[in-house]
Amino acid sequence: MTGAEAVLEALRRQGVEVIFGHPGGAIMPVYDALYKRRDLHHVLVRHEQAAGHAAAGYARASGRVGVAMATSGPGALNLVTALADAMMDATPVVAITGQVPTAVVGTDAFQEADVTGVTMPITKHNYLVTDVHDLPRVVAEAFYIAATGRPGPVLIDLPKDVQNAEFTGSFPEAVDLPGYKPVQKGHPRQVEKALAALRAAERPVLMVGGGAQGAAEPIRRLVERSGIPAIGTLQGLGVVAADDPRFLGMPGMHGTYAANQAIHQADLILGIGLRFDDRVTGDLSRFAPKLRTLIHVNIDPAEIGKVLKAHIPLVGDAAWVAERLAEGAEPLAIEDWWRQIRAWQQAHPLRIPERPELQSQEVIRAFGEATGGEAVVVTGVGQHQMFAAQFYPVKRPRSFLTSGGLGTMGFGLPAAIGAQVARPGETVLLFDGDGSFQMTLQELATVAKYRLPVKIVILNNGFLGMVRQWQDLFYDDRYSEVFLADSNPDFVKLAEAYGLPALRVEAKDELPGAVARVLESEGPVVADFRVVPEEGVFPMIPAGGSAEEMILEPPKEVEP
Amino acid sequence: MKRHLVSVLVEDHPRVLTRITSMFARRGFNIDSLAVGRTHLPGVSRISFVVYGDDRTIEQVEKQLNRLIEVLKVVDHDGPRLERELALVKVRVEGIEERLELKEIAEAFRARIVDVARSALTFEVSGHPAKIDRFIEELTHYGVLETMRTGALGMDRGERVLKLRARKEAI
Ligand SMILES: Cc1ncc(C[n+]2csc(CCOP(=O)(O)OP(=O)(O)O)c2C)c(N)n1
Ligand SMILES: [Mg+2]
Repeated sequence: MTGAEAVLEALRRQGVEVIFGHPGGAIMPVYDALYKRRDLHHVLVRHEQAAGHAAAGYARASGRVGVAMATSGPGALNLVTALADAMMDATPVVAITGQVPTAVVGTDAFQEADVTGVTMPITKHNYLVTDVHDLPRVVAEAFYIAATGRPGPVLIDLPKDVQNAEFTGSFPEAVDLPGYKPVQKGHPRQVEKALAALRAAERPVLMVGGGAQGAAEPIRRLVERSGIPAIGTLQGLGVVAADDPRFLGMPGMHGTYAANQAIHQADLILGIGLRFDDRVTGDLSRFAPKLRTLIHVNIDPAEIGKVLKAHIPLVGDAAWVAERLAEGAEPLAIEDWWRQIRAWQQAHPLRIPERPELQSQEVIRAFGEATGGEAVVVTGVGQHQMFAAQFYPVKRPRSFLTSGGLGTMGFGLPAAIGAQVARPGETVLLFDGDGSFQMTLQELATVAKYRLPVKIVILNNGFLGMVRQWQDLFYDDRYSEVFLADSNPDFVKLAEAYGLPALRVEAKDELPGAVARVLESEGPVVADFRVVPEEGVFPMIPAGGSAEEMILEPPKEVEP
Repeated sequence: MKRHLVSVLVEDHPRVLTRITSMFARRGFNIDSLAVGRTHLPGVSRISFVVYGDDRTIEQVEKQLNRLIEVLKVVDHDGPRLERELALVKVRVEGIEERLELKEIAEAFRARIVDVARSALTFEVSGHPAKIDRFIEELTHYGVLETMRTGALGMDRGERVLKLRARKEAI
């Protein structure tokens, strides 16, 4: 067996079924070995960044490790953004990259780049394999590290001579990493303390993040049993179903009024699997000023106390902890608190402005109604992303895939490809911006090649809308370099050039028919929704602000 | 901001030091000195460094170190500790008078003359970094030509030791 064959064998033993990748000189031995294997599918992307995001989309949608592959130098460097994205959003990905032969490493050889050096700060761990006999161990460790603890990307750099070397060893069953012992459970005494604090709280809220996606079942039971108001961060959407009456929506910059007010007035926050990112907290010194008890549940000890001091730190696995909390929780006597929250919800619900033109929010709402909130939703980055978070009623966990930590435009299409591969029988719905879509649109070829039935909804406002919104609010309407409409391609023709069916929707009255056409099409479809060019995402707490400064309405509209 | 001396046991792998220093830089931790060496345990190296920070910062330094896969153990020596640094200091010297003065200073600091040249003397001095600071300060008047310091090494006093076995509760 060669090193290349050993790598694939090791991947199979990890349960890998699919690899997202792009070949090149330094990874050719692995591709040659792949050619002979029937039990490993390969999805050929058209840019390595897409391989990374597709692997991440696959991982998020399935809860399993996604695998990306690329050649040395430019191929591996094209993975960088996707690795950083996976690192920020705690996504388990293993990337395998070719490297120039060990004999010439360090000599600026053709297509050589110091990939382990470059990716050191944006991976959970990485390896440069110099001995073919280390391969099975390295692959096993990489998967273990990627999937356990706070999940994240792990890169394996594989010199070409190592791929070609003869391998005679065996494949380990277990890994032995003396410096890496992720917690599996949690501290029972801390759980007891948390339950006691919960009982004593007058104004408690539950906040769930991406780390809770695997704990939806016990968390839903906890909410059900205790009646605690629940808030989901951008990454936490779907953990508690959007139609649960105890769900208040998203917190933070574009969160709901009720969620932000509830946090602002809360005396207790039970945070599970989130890291209190600045888009959630705003100005830290004014975040949750009435808070007496923060119970912070996170599997990564470094996240606890990083941003906010936790009164009850609870290092542990979200599902394990939530299970114990659900078991121990009692119905909370918080009727007054709920009355207050209901008043906030009624005073300022999320609303869609009255306008004659087609609006992104309406498009998303229509798809939400038509799919009953049951689709796997993927987004780009920008206004459309925030609208999707606000208006798509995510019902299920692992079903809202969006680049949160890094905010990577171009994440959408490749992540949707990965999600569709992971959940082939389900509706994968991509809400993308005209700007974001153009960052990875070459992947229409991948959609076409494999006939992946992704429903691609472009919310085409002709602008880099989110940047335009900030220019509108904070830069005196100076629209510097955000206009796209004069040079956007004809997305319908573009899709057709790839052999994909496409439609354009320009008016409100076309919406119901268009939604049905998109959802009823058997295969992939691209829909170009021409939405109103100048719209704002509201409510909004300006960066570094607090819930007190929430802008509820577009300022222009409230002016006389 | 308190001065802390932290020891780290790491797997002796290529780039492990880079991982640590790059993490310090990325997270904006202010590292004052750093020393590395092998230990009596095969495959295990020990790093010690001095860092200034409040409790929050130190907690993060420890936790972020523990996040690195090849880090086996992190200890902030916050109790009674031994702290030693070694330095070589080359000083300009003119005439017998100065030589005698320098010798006296060296004796006061228990520094040794390890090299003698016509117009230069080299001292070897060890001890707490603050003592080395003072020693070098005393010599500035004569003209310090060159200095090289190892960075502080640290160990707890008494029976407390950095045990490898202890379960690392970290990611
Ligand atoms: C790769 C990348 N470049 C730049 C940005 C900054 N950025 C954030 S949102 C945005 C505009 C996105 O435009 P579009 O995809 O059309 O979405 P819209 O806001 O119009 O809905 C930009 C440029 C980013 N997040 N990612
Ligand atoms: Mg746009």
